[in-house]
Amino acid sequence: MKTTLLLTAALLAGTTLSASAETLRWARAGDSLTFDPHAQNEGPTHALAHQIYEPLIIRDMTGAFEAALATDWAPKEGDPNVWVFNLRQGVTFHDGADFTAEDVVFSINRAQSEQSRMKELLSSVVEVRAVDDHTVEFVTDGPNPILPSNLTNMFMMDSGWAEANGVVEVQDVDGGETTFATTNANGTGAFKVVSREPDVKTVLTRNDAYWGMDQFPMEVSEIVYTPIQNAATRVAALLSGEVDFIQDMPVQDLQRVSGTDGLVVKTAPQNRTIFFGLNQGPDDIPNDNVEGKNPLADVRVREAMNLAINRDAIRQVVMRGQSQPAGIIAPPFVNGWTEEMNQVETDIDKAKALMEEAGYGDGFSIQLDCPNDRYVNDEGICQAAVGMFGQIGITVNLDAKPKAQHFPLISSGGTDFYMLGWGVPTYDSEYIFNFLVHTRGEERGSWNGTGYSNPDLDAKIASLASETDLDKRNATIAEIWNTVQDEVLYLPIHHQVLNWGMKENVGIEVSPEDDPKVKYFTMK
Amino acid sequence: MLAYIIRRVAQSVLVLLVVGLVAFAMFRFVGDPVDAMLGQERTQADIARLTAELGLDQPFPVQYWRFLEQAVQGNFGLSYRQGRPVSEILVERLPATLELAFVSGLMALAGGIALGIFTAIWRRGISANIIMTVSLIGVSLPTFLIGILLIYLFSVELGWLPSFGRGEVTRIGWWTTGFLTESGLKALILPAITLGLYQMTLIMRLVRTEMLEVLRMEYIRFARARGIREKSINFRHALKNTLVPVITITGLQLGSIIAFAIITETVFQWPGVGLLFINAIQFVDIPVMAAYLMLISVMFVGINLIVDMLYFAIDPRLRVDRTAGGH
Repeated sequence: MKTTLLLTAALLAGTTLSASAETLRWARAGDSLTFDPHAQNEGPTHALAHQIYEPLIIRDMTGAFEAALATDWAPKEGDPNVWVFNLRQGVTFHDGADFTAEDVVFSINRAQSEQSRMKELLSSVVEVRAVDDHTVEFVTDGPNPILPSNLTNMFMMDSGWAEANGVVEVQDVDGGETTFATTNANGTGAFKVVSREPDVKTVLTRNDAYWGMDQFPMEVSEIVYTPIQNAATRVAALLSGEVDFIQDMPVQDLQRVSGTDGLVVKTAPQNRTIFFGLNQGPDDIPNDNVEGKNPLADVRVREAMNLAINRDAIRQVVMRGQSQPAGIIAPPFVNGWTEEMNQVETDIDKAKALMEEAGYGDGFSIQLDCPNDRYVNDEGICQAAVGMFGQIGITVNLDAKPKAQHFPLISSGGTDFYMLGWGVPTYDSEYIFNFLVHTRGEERGSWNGTGYSNPDLDAKIASLASETDLDKRNATIAEIWNTVQDEVLYLPIHHQVLNWGMKENVGIEVSPEDDPKVKYFTMK
Repeated sequence: MLAYIIRRVAQSVLVLLVVGLVAFAMFRFVGDPVDAMLGQERTQADIARLTAELGLDQPFPVQYWRFLEQAVQGNFGLSYRQGRPVSEILVERLPATLELAFVSGLMALAGGIALGIFTAIWRRGISANIIMTVSLIGVSLPTFLIGILLIYLFSVELGWLPSFGRGEVTRIGWWTTGFLTESGLKALILPAITLGLYQMTLIMRLVRTEMLEVLRMEYIRFARARGIREKSINFRHALKNTLVPVITITGLQLGSIIAFAIITETVFQWPGVGLLFINAIQFVDIPVMAAYLMLISVMFVGINLIVDMLYFAIDPRLRVDRTAGGH
């Protein structure tokens, strides 16, 4: 009996060690929702799709543009409403079909169709036309200088494959439909699908016919992707050597992982800023104890609250050093961000004086709504903030709840003081203004829960979409930011920091989008 | 007899309907699935359109009625998160949960009875006392903590067993099994212990108490006086009489093993219905939540119904009393 046990133990240890060095076993908290590249606009879904499908342009691991299926792109000479893309030649899909301009036209039209979740990113595109087999023109409803940044997750499908398998239409997620494209994929990407079990395991194998075989490391020959929801189990899987690479590292385990032989943690600023929103529009708000007045409508109160937040303390205590204090609600690499605007101070005496001046020397009380399962240590940040606001006489009642209950409050205007985090996939301030600063309306301002409405500012924001003179456009962006900062529209807290845990032999740097592209991975 | 069964079945259906109604009344406190479904770049118009499309603007009795209408036709709707039929997802996930429940139930029963007998017979021995003390851990430690401790010890420190997943599974028809591969069997061990530990402790303590009770009975003393071997007394006479209540409890616990699997499955990323339910709650996937709750309540109600009918069939006193009372 004893020998059998020992033998089994030895065997088990053996299997752990003998795992093939070229297989990348990758785990993160959530699974991709579908393989249909236009059916969802969501992080983990795009991250997996990037291994299989490719857009015209991608962002490399540092976030910079890189030619993918297009080799170069530029506005058409003499017509600012048209972008010309030259396509890469000699690219084939996994099933062997050639990639041509016709596939681009098909894919963009598909992504613009009613059921697509990617259509918002293409709202300015009026027409896509194939000039010849390897040239495509995008016609926009006015000059659109930032069109390329909207295309970095816009994946290209094969029109022939889509027709043959009845997936010309995008999977109707709302209607609860699944199609052939939900679990099958035929892209041009570096990896092909071997098997897929939703929420359990997805296996991909290297596409040896990939056009970039010589340009990228391409050292991983097989990807085994497993979602592991429980943070402690995910870390345990890395510690025990069952996976090689994990995303969504819990901050409390960073030391444990980086202190283990053979494991490393890599860190980079994430494309996400965490902040508080204040309902400053209405004359009175229901969730405070001040009758007939809205204390948040007074810019002095907002300024005082901004001064009361000790971002360094939050960084040290709540985030264990894993954050960058923020004075602006844009991540550092976004066009329009400046070091100057990111500077922010904590000054309780000044804050108290401002409260006094605004007539709230005795303070007031208000409810803060906070998610508890969305951002890194979100509830902890809110708890810390409660104490800090208490120092200037504001009694904050914290109501922390799951994201499924928190975010509808912001959409419906049911909260007066809330936490929100925002990422900027286009790397341009316009995206932030459209959703968070513009007056809430049908098209823009859907995430602006502040009740703030400034027609002048709205006009400036609208003008960004078609301004081709980049200097002029950047000047407008700076003007808008100045107003946002002067009005203390939001109370920025910090920029989130991303941590990836991996074995020492895995060579990759953290990307700000949290989307590892395995073709860049090296395996020693 | 027939009237009794019909009455019990009618009661069971009523219980199911009430469970469904309570579930639907609670769903709106879980949150709003629309935000999660639409993603960051949605407009207010998108929200309104999708809410209406899903019927979420209707009052909950209406939503419940629609669910019932579809459910009696065997249609549990489509998962908001995965966009696939819920019945298909449940069928895919059920084997994992049932296999886990089966193994841990078996383990709890075998281990519980063996340890129960041991601690009853040698109740003053040191090892019996140690077992009794240690068994307190099984009752008092929360499941997720036991799971994490086991992972830490056997996966991280010793590297013997996998910390997550089901290993390689073999497909037999619509059923997937982990019993046929080495990695599948290895993956079963830690979750099965985690899930079964509480039940094992419970059964052990029950067997011990019953056994001590029976050993004090007069017929055991007579047996001893007749000079029957101790082994025969313990196992043939005492144990047999102990098992009746044990089997009843085990039957009733079967349902809770499957229901408790939610926590174990989350800790071990076990791809069963419990993990599916947790995901559904986070995403407010109402069709999946509704179907799961109905499935679990059907199971509980069904087991209770069977146990009731078994009592009726097995225990003659119950039958006689009822007939006598009826006249």
